[in-house]
Parts: sequence; structure tokens; C-alpha cells
Amino acid sequence: MEDKNNIALSVRDLKTFFYTNNRCNKAVNGVSFDVEKGKTLCIVGESGCGKSVTAATIMQLLPTLSRIEEGEIKFQKDDKIINIEKLEKNGKEMREIRGSDIAMIFQDPMTALNPVYTVGFQISENLKYHTNLNKKEIREKCISLLNDMGIPLPEKRVDEYPHSYSGGMRQRAMIAMAMACNPKILIADEPTTALDVTIQAQIFELMDKLKKENDTAIILITHDMGVVAELADNVAVMYMGNIVEAGTADDVLRRPTHPYTKALLESVPVLGRGKNQDINPIKGSTPDPYNRPIGCQFAPRCNWQTESCDVMPEITQINETHQVRCHKYEQFFEKYK
Amino acid sequence: MKKEILKLRGVKVHFPVQAGVFNRVVGHVLAVDGVDLDIFRGEVLGLAGESGCGKTTLGKAILRLVEPTDGEVKYISKDDNETELTSLEKKDMDPFRKKLQIVFQDPHSSLNPSFTIFGSLQDPLKKFGIKSKEERRKIIGDLLEAVNMRREYMDRYPHEFSGGQRQRIGIVRALCLEPELIVCDEAVSALDVSIQAQVLKLLMQLKKEKNLTYLFITHDLSVTEYLCDRIAVMYLGRIVELCDSEDLYNNTLHPYSEALISAIPVADLDKQTKRIVLEGDVPSPVNPPKGCPFHPRCPKATDICKTEVPTLKKYSTNGNEHYASCHLIDLPEIS
Repeated sequence: MEDKNNIALSVRDLKTFFYTNNRCNKAVNGVSFDVEKGKTLCIVGESGCGKSVTAATIMQLLPTLSRIEEGEIKFQKDDKIINIEKLEKNGKEMREIRGSDIAMIFQDPMTALNPVYTVGFQISENLKYHTNLNKKEIREKCISLLNDMGIPLPEKRVDEYPHSYSGGMRQRAMIAMAMACNPKILIADEPTTALDVTIQAQIFELMDKLKKENDTAIILITHDMGVVAELADNVAVMYMGNIVEAGTADDVLRRPTHPYTKALLESVPVLGRGKNQDINPIKGSTPDPYNRPIGCQFAPRCNWQTESCDVMPEITQINETHQVRCHKYEQFFEKYK
Repeated sequence: MKKEILKLRGVKVHFPVQAGVFNRVVGHVLAVDGVDLDIFRGEVLGLAGESGCGKTTLGKAILRLVEPTDGEVKYISKDDNETELTSLEKKDMDPFRKKLQIVFQDPHSSLNPSFTIFGSLQDPLKKFGIKSKEERRKIIGDLLEAVNMRREYMDRYPHEFSGGQRQRIGIVRALCLEPELIVCDEAVSALDVSIQAQVLKLLMQLKKEKNLTYLFITHDLSVTEYLCDRIAVMYLGRIVELCDSEDLYNNTLHPYSEALISAIPVADLDKQTKRIVLEGDVPSPVNPPKGCPFHPRCPKATDICKTEVPTLKKYSTNGNEHYASCHLIDLPEIS
């Protein structure tokens, strides 16, 4: 295995359940992954697969109806290893980590910023609690952060309210806020879904730069396989609360071994393949989380389903980096080699 | 021979901006600013561009859901009768509403939650003379089956359906009057990828069966490439490039289209290209830049771009007509 020191965050067998109306939604049901320093891990999946809940769990930002059932989240801070799941949600230690060591960019920049405070104020909050800078230094730092993000006239813009920012600028302000304390881990939850492609390209460029310059580990949550192909070093494909396939981008995109990954890749038209490309929709839709299929969650939509799929498949290690959760992966892999 | 179904000439949609105590008009949002476009029978025409470029407004202006400020929208019927739609009285517009339909972007807000599916969908049939309820139920039932849904679903309420199903109901609503042209306004953007593929396949299948023409409005160029015969790229209320969908990718003429294509993440590790990163945002359509509207963000801009507005000129690539509006194109112009 790789050098332990390289791993910034390690999640093992994490389970997060939601409880509403005496029913239980197993939103995240046994997820394990590692995030390496200076690398990007992309978590992909459709809506409702639990990818955002995984992110919220790491940040301990879960709503009150849910709790971490079991598993561990190990975060390496300097030389200590901290078990995040054991920390109190709003305790001192968690608040010290949240925002300074692990920061998050939210999906919708229109609602994630508070409209009644200036952008500068919202960025400076982070610096006020996590650093020893004085007022003047904080302001200077805010301006330099906005400048780094490519916002024009940062000295003026820092005192403006979010409504006078455009969508792309708000998202950049959000990134400035997340990057304020040089976090070791940056969690980006669909950071560009609400934005146009040209603005998306700007944001990606920025994230690439941050990764290279600060050695930040990035967890990027997305539903777009295109984004994965462009940015990811490692990929984890989620379906209904489980990681069904994980590996390097090369492993997963070139040699998909899970029928779901393959289906996901085939269901989107790819630019440059012209009009004659064949797209294959996945039959049916994602199951009701309160009324799940037994065994493999993907079985009812899968063309490879057999009786053995009534039992949840175990994780199989194909090679050092590539793992899959499917009974039929060998035959599947043979066929599409 | 290709025959037009719609001819747009100089279509403009300007929204007034009001301010102050007396709501004085202080300016105009130039949402659509002079669009010439022919849509041919039986084709899928893609209309692509970033948000705020006026593509949805143009789609709505064709159906007069938004009144065009200026310009002509001509409908040409199967037996070559031309009708100018913008000057018609509201009630004279009705027979054309039957021919031109729209599928809206957001499947969650385009169905009335307090009506059953049948309740929502029967109104247009009633209006266009299908008096018996039995017959209306039959038409809607048949169409629901055509989009792979069960006939009984028509007595359910919208909240009982998923996003993909609602979008299919939206398609049924557009289809029930047997239109000739359907404007699909971001019809698949709100859907998950696996569901998106289902709806795309369905749209293609229906087009074949019912001989439809689509105006497919989207910001996703990979979808347009798959679906469309021709693509028009819009920027700040104007069409900057219009050509066959393959030529748009292989022989891009306008620098904006080039940047737009390069910015799209491609789900194929072998096809990764260098992103052309445009600086800044789309300028405000209230106060568009002088000269070429794209020049402040254009990596190739020269002096002429700052002063003169380029017009849409005709070129030829691969033997196909190719329109683009840029000062810097080297190809010979065709008249």
C-alpha cells in the first residue's frame, strides 16, 4: 500500500442513517475511501445516491434527524490522527477543524452566502476564529484572497453584498472563503452545477492551481462523468449509499468493471463522437430509499442480474488501486476488455 | 428539397428596465437583438448558449408567449401558405398554437399540482373541439403509452411522479394536439443522466414516428451534437454561428463557439483538450459592449472588433452552408 503519511483523510465503513416518520433511510451504507494529499477524489453518482450526505458527514454538518451509525473518519492533523466521528458536533475541537483544516464549497452559491452581510465580512469570519491576525491584516488577507480568485477591483468588491456579484463571482467568493485558512482538505459539493460551462472552466482552473500550490486534497462531488475525466486522480462511483466501484481515473473510465459505471458512461452523449454515437439509457429509475431492493442495489436495473445478486456483493480488489462491488465483474470485465 | 416551417426575420425582444418612484423606463434589456433564422421541416435545430444569452426568450417569442418588440415570425404551412404570426390578433393565433408547442424546462413547476394529469392535459383538447370525454381520455391514454407510461397514470397527481416521468408528461402535453414544431426549452437539463438518456431517446423516436420538427434549446453542447442536425450558437441576444452540427465541432469559425466547446468536460480520457478559459462574465444585456459583443472576452480581439459590429455572413465548410459573425474569419464569403 501507499505511504500512510500521504493520506489526508481516511473513511472506513461509514454509515449515516436518516430517521423520519419511524422509517430509516440508509443514505450512506458502508462507505470506505482514502483521500491523498494533493490529489483529487471525485465521487460520482446520480441524485439521491448519498454523495452529498457523505460530504456533510465528514464536515459534521448533518441535520438533526440523522446520525453517524458506525464507521470511522480519520483525519490526519499534523502528526496526530483525529477521529472526526467521535467529536461532538458543535464542540470546540470540531469547530476548530471545520473551516480551517477541512473546508467546504457548497453547491448553490446563490443561497450559501448570507445576503445581509458583505462578502468581505463573510470571508473574514473564518480568519477571525481560526487565525491570530488583527483587523487590518484580516482585511488585507480578504482582499488578496479575492484577488487570487480573479475578482476585479477586490479593494472595492470586498465591501459589496452578494447580490451585486454574478453567479461565477459568488462561487469564487465561496472558494475564497473556503481557502482562507489554507485547508488540508477541500470538499466541493457540485461546485459548478449551477454555472455556465465557460465559468465552470474558470473555477476548475482555479481548483487545479490550489491543488498544485498548496498540496490540498480535494474531494469533488459531481454527477458529470466529463468533470471526472478532466479533474479526477481517483474516482469513487456511488449508487444508493454504497461505493460500487473505485480506483484511479484511468481504472474506472477506461476499464469499468461494474455494470453501473459502464451504463453511466454510456448514457451520456460525448462531445466529438458525432451524431452516430449510440447512447443507452439505464432502464427504470433509482429505487425508493425506504423500499430498497434486497442484495445488490443495482440489480433491478442491471442487464447482468442473476440469482446470486440477491446477496449484497463484497468489495473485490482487482488490482492495487481498483476495487469493485459486483458478483459478475469477472465475466463483465472479460466481455468488455 | 428542404422546406421552411418558420422564418424569423430581425426578431427583437427588449424588456424595459424601470426605476425610481414613477417607474420611469431607464433602459432596455436587449434579450434578443435581431435574430434571422430559418427552421426547416423535419429537422432538429439546436439553439445553444450560456445563461442570459436570450435563447429561452427567443423560443418563447416564436410562440408569442413573450411578445417580440420588433421583427417577423413567419409560419409556412404544408401547402406553402405564409402567415405572419407577430401581427395576428390573440384569438387568430389559436390555430397556430395547435401547430407550435413547447416543452418547458422545469418539470416540477410546469404542471399544476392541484389537477390530475388528465385534468391538466384535457384543456387544450377541449379547446380544439374534442367534445367527448371518452375520446379525450383515449387520446391522452394512447400518448402516455407512447412515452412508456401506464394509461392509468392520467388520474394521478403530479406529486406522485418522478422528474423524468413529469418531463414525459410535459412531452405528452405538447404532443396531444399533434403539433408540427415543438420547442424543447432545456427539456433534459433538470434530469439525472440516466433519465436524460431515456428522454433523449424518446424524443428521437417520437420525431421519427410523428414527423416532428424540434427547436432544441440547451446549454449542453454534447447533447446538441448528438441530437441536432444544425446548431445555432447565441451570445448576448444574437446568433454568432449557425451551421451543421458536425461542422460546429470540426470546423469551428467563431472564437466564442471554440471556447464554449473547449470548456465542456468530455467523459473520455483520450479526448482531453486544453481548455480555453474566457475571462470575466457575460456582459449585461442592458448595456452590451460596443462593437462585437464578444470582444471584451475574446482572446483574439483586434481594434476593428471594438468599433464595428460584425454581421452574420455566409461561408462554406465541407460543402455546407456555414454562417458566422466575426471580423477575423479568413474564408471567402459566399453571397
